[in-house]
Amino acid sequence: MAETNLHRMHRFDLTKRLVAKLQREEAVIGGIGHSNFDLWAAGHRPQNFYMLGSMGLAIPIALGVALAQPARRCFALEGDGSLLMQLGCLATVATLAPKNLTMLIMDNGSYQITGGQATPAAGGADFVAIARGCGLRSAVWATDETDFDAQIDRCLATDGPHLIGLKLDDQPPAAQTERDPPQLRDRFMRGMGVKKSKLPG
Amino acid sequence: MTKPWHEIVVEVLKANEIRLIPYVPDNVLKPLINAIHADPFFTTFSTAREEEAIGIVCGGVMAGMRGMALMQTSGFMTLPNVLASLPCSFQIPALMMVSERGTLGEFNMGQAAVWRTMRPTLDGLAMPWHVITRLDECEFITDRTIKQALMTQSPACLLLSPLLTGGKASPVRTGH
Repeated sequence: MAETNLHRMHRFDLTKRLVAKLQREEAVIGGIGHSNFDLWAAGHRPQNFYMLGSMGLAIPIALGVALAQPARRCFALEGDGSLLMQLGCLATVATLAPKNLTMLIMDNGSYQITGGQATPAAGGADFVAIARGCGLRSAVWATDETDFDAQIDRCLATDGPHLIGLKLDDQPPAAQTERDPPQLRDRFMRGMGVKKSKLPG
Repeated sequence: MTKPWHEIVVEVLKANEIRLIPYVPDNVLKPLINAIHADPFFTTFSTAREEEAIGIVCGGVMAGMRGMALMQTSGFMTLPNVLASLPCSFQIPALMMVSERGTLGEFNMGQAAVWRTMRPTLDGLAMPWHVITRLDECEFITDRTIKQALMTQSPACLLLSPLLTGGKASPVRTGH
């Protein structure tokens, strides 16, 4: 599998490519740190949730959204270091098999936000192989940007759960998310159609 | 005939539309887990860690499906970081029910040690919590705790005391 993930891509570029393809109010859960910073930088959508803290929970949060709203497609943007904290969630997703969930693994091989230290996966852990080993049959590396576009189209058109591994370079994030958790939750619940309010939002 | 605690809990969960029930299993919780699995009203499954269950409940709540995570004392004590940074900070009414190990006849020293950290942690998180010790109070405490959590957008935790459930008996005799 290693020969399919040699091309390093930019996180912000891929995030913009994803967001540009979302036409049906799909939910996007941005994991801790730079994964959600670049989601924010790609342009706020009411269906975006930006995780501040709770490292490793982007996929579980997205799974909860996917179970609650099976008619809405959900994307989780999770970093490699974060996924290492919660690998067991891949087995849970495989067992429940939500058709509307896609997981994007943002693999830059490092804890970029804390100074670029290498993750424990430096010995060669392969997140797509791990996902397949957990029972996620639709798990692939995106080979380049063109392939990424095609994989997203496939995830938007077919039943999941899907997982796409993305090998990234060390480009810093394009912006920082506003750190106001209750506001972020409020906007997301409005975006999910769960909360109605006459207050402008 | 008086209903057992787990039947009361199932009725209160249904009355409050609490449908999403991820759990890390526990012997004392077994009758509740079995009843929830047997009832198609609920979406229930085991998770690898309690943190994962909290993430799932928070996602479900924000997307319109109320939930409660089930666990035991030691599992709760894996949670302080995610509770502080997700449901407490974002004001999400994630509900928890914890089977209390480590007290009133505990035989496992590790469980007894972690039990001593649970109440200080709950207080430190400033998260509403109640302990259920009596069958005649089970419905009231469970129902009101859930309703307050939903109305005030706060996580909340219910502790099931061995006084209510009988707890987990020691598998060995003492003194040997």
